[in-house]
Amino acid sequence: MSRTLSEVFDDTRSHDRAALIGYLPAGFPDARRAVELITDMVAAGVDIVEVGLPYSDPLMDGPDIQAAVDQALTSGATPDVVLDTVAQVVAAGATALVMSYWNPIERYGTDRFADRMASAGGAGVITPDLTPEEAGAWISATDRAGLDRVFLVAPSSTDQRIETVAAVTSGFLYAASTMGVTGTRTQVSSAAPGLVRRARALTDLPIAVGLGVSTGDQASEVAAYADGVIVGSAFVRRILRAPDHESARAGVRELAAELAEGVRRHP
Amino acid sequence: MAIDSAAAGRTLLDGHFGPYGGRFVPEALTAALDELDDAFQTAITDPAFALELQALERDYTGRPSPLTPAARFSEACGGARVYLKREDLNHTGSHKINNVLGQALLTKRMGKTRVIAETGAGQHGVAAATAAALMGLECTVYMGEEDTRRQALNVARMKLLGAEVIPVTIGSRTLKDAINEAMRDWVSSVERTHYLLGTVTGPSPFPTMVRYFHSVIGREAREQVLDATGRLPDAVAACVGGGSNAIGLFSGFMDDPGVQLRGYEAGGHGIETGRHASRFSTGAPGVLHGARTYVMQDEWGQTLPSHSISAGMDYPGVGPEHAWLHDTGRAVYEPVNDDEAMEAFAVLCRTEGIIPAIESAHALAGAMRLGRELGPDGLIVVNLSGRGDKDVETAARWFGIELGTAEGR
Repeated sequence: MSRTLSEVFDDTRSHDRAALIGYLPAGFPDARRAVELITDMVAAGVDIVEVGLPYSDPLMDGPDIQAAVDQALTSGATPDVVLDTVAQVVAAGATALVMSYWNPIERYGTDRFADRMASAGGAGVITPDLTPEEAGAWISATDRAGLDRVFLVAPSSTDQRIETVAAVTSGFLYAASTMGVTGTRTQVSSAAPGLVRRARALTDLPIAVGLGVSTGDQASEVAAYADGVIVGSAFVRRILRAPDHESARAGVRELAAELAEGVRRHP
Repeated sequence: MAIDSAAAGRTLLDGHFGPYGGRFVPEALTAALDELDDAFQTAITDPAFALELQALERDYTGRPSPLTPAARFSEACGGARVYLKREDLNHTGSHKINNVLGQALLTKRMGKTRVIAETGAGQHGVAAATAAALMGLECTVYMGEEDTRRQALNVARMKLLGAEVIPVTIGSRTLKDAINEAMRDWVSSVERTHYLLGTVTGPSPFPTMVRYFHSVIGREAREQVLDATGRLPDAVAACVGGGSNAIGLFSGFMDDPGVQLRGYEAGGHGIETGRHASRFSTGAPGVLHGARTYVMQDEWGQTLPSHSISAGMDYPGVGPEHAWLHDTGRAVYEPVNDDEAMEAFAVLCRTEGIIPAIESAHALAGAMRLGRELGPDGLIVVNLSGRGDKDVETAARWFGIELGTAEGR
């Protein structure tokens, strides 16, 4: 059985480093190759994987992830494919989350999705457009299934809001580093350290920072103040730009290794 | 359940209509929605805001809009008396101006300097660009690439008014994707930008706020029909894309149980073909663009493409209050197919000398059906939500009129 989120963070904290969290959508470019790419990511040093559930209207995502999700939907990536992907990468030893917009989960059946996710061995679910106010049924379902549920805070979140979000979150708190959509950026937002500092004062949850990290140097910079570093679009880009599957796999392994080195480096 | 706003200590609007509505948004937008909610609630209790808005409605929009008796059109409606609420006579040619003026005033009150908007056919985009020009705000409009080609004239209008028009080239390249892109812009620019959403959809407070700015339609219509006939109508009828003109009209009659509320959705090529935008015929409750409502979606919760001859009706979601009015039975929604809408379009042109927007023609077709049910004693108010200038090319094609020659059929 793979490790829980708290086991991963206990471990990385004891080694005085941040956890590396990598995102890829299920079904991109197809179900089988996505499993290979995600497994490669883990083998090359990613501690936790986020398996994206492809959705037709990903309004928090920039062009790279939109393009990947389009391919995944064309390849037939249903929620069952996502759950199967989770089961396969967990069997290969990964600690896996699903990242999903809310409508596909509700449509699948809130309880049913939580139960199937638990059976697949998933550790938890990130829901970027579900607010705590609307999450009543989801909180019961995940409590019953024993899944961690990850909610987001943003630089614009007030302290009271961070407390509200943290109160329903488990596993780790996802701090969106910047006001914007997913995508690689030349600089990690200057708002991120301040947000993490404010959140630290309000919660004991591990805090992972996402949006805009794409290089080992950026990972190292974020690792200096956060418990986790989340990278998505940079992996997706490597795959989108690769001429064939073998180069995509090599690109993913290379990036994962670079980022894994980054989260261990002390700037 | 009310939520306490950290920013203001003011209680936020509930934002739910039964199980519908609410807020399903990235956390980065929560603060902006709280701010908007607060600005809206403060404004509507401020007499100075009401005066400013009323002055604009009177001097700029040209309100009140007339209620026109449509005697010759009534003959095509089984003899039932039909009155037309003339939102087509507003400045910019549709009801959309009511909402944009209100929201543009709020934008200034919040100290923001830029607005963004989504548009399908371009009516809301033109209205937004108009309000932005009037109030000295920067304006960016997102429009599906397909629509920028089909509605080149409206693109030119927006540009003349000083707006930047960004063609959306992702997804299905329609209104739905224009909303996605506007949301993405907003997340990134929220500090100085207001999202001037064009209909009663989206996260709270948009559905409540946009209804408020359009409620002038129903308020005027109720008073006007009482003046003209001495009684309340048997039914009020409106087309329902997102549903803003319909909510505006319905809101005036909500508490009159004897008045039927009738909404007409786009039946497109026919429900059985799957090429339509009739959310209440084939949709299911779900979440789209920040609110729980009826959504055209597949078994996995992926949004399905909608279709209508009228771009303003071509949207797979619907305002959450309509979802609730539908479930409670207070309002009744029916599809009107493209051909039926175009027939009503032609009838109105030739009986009343009024060229309606094709959106509004769906409501006219509904009135023709309803009038036959009610018979000669019936009294119906139809919201003529927009004028048809923008649709002349589509209509000419439909009716086989050749453009550029005097010898059309």
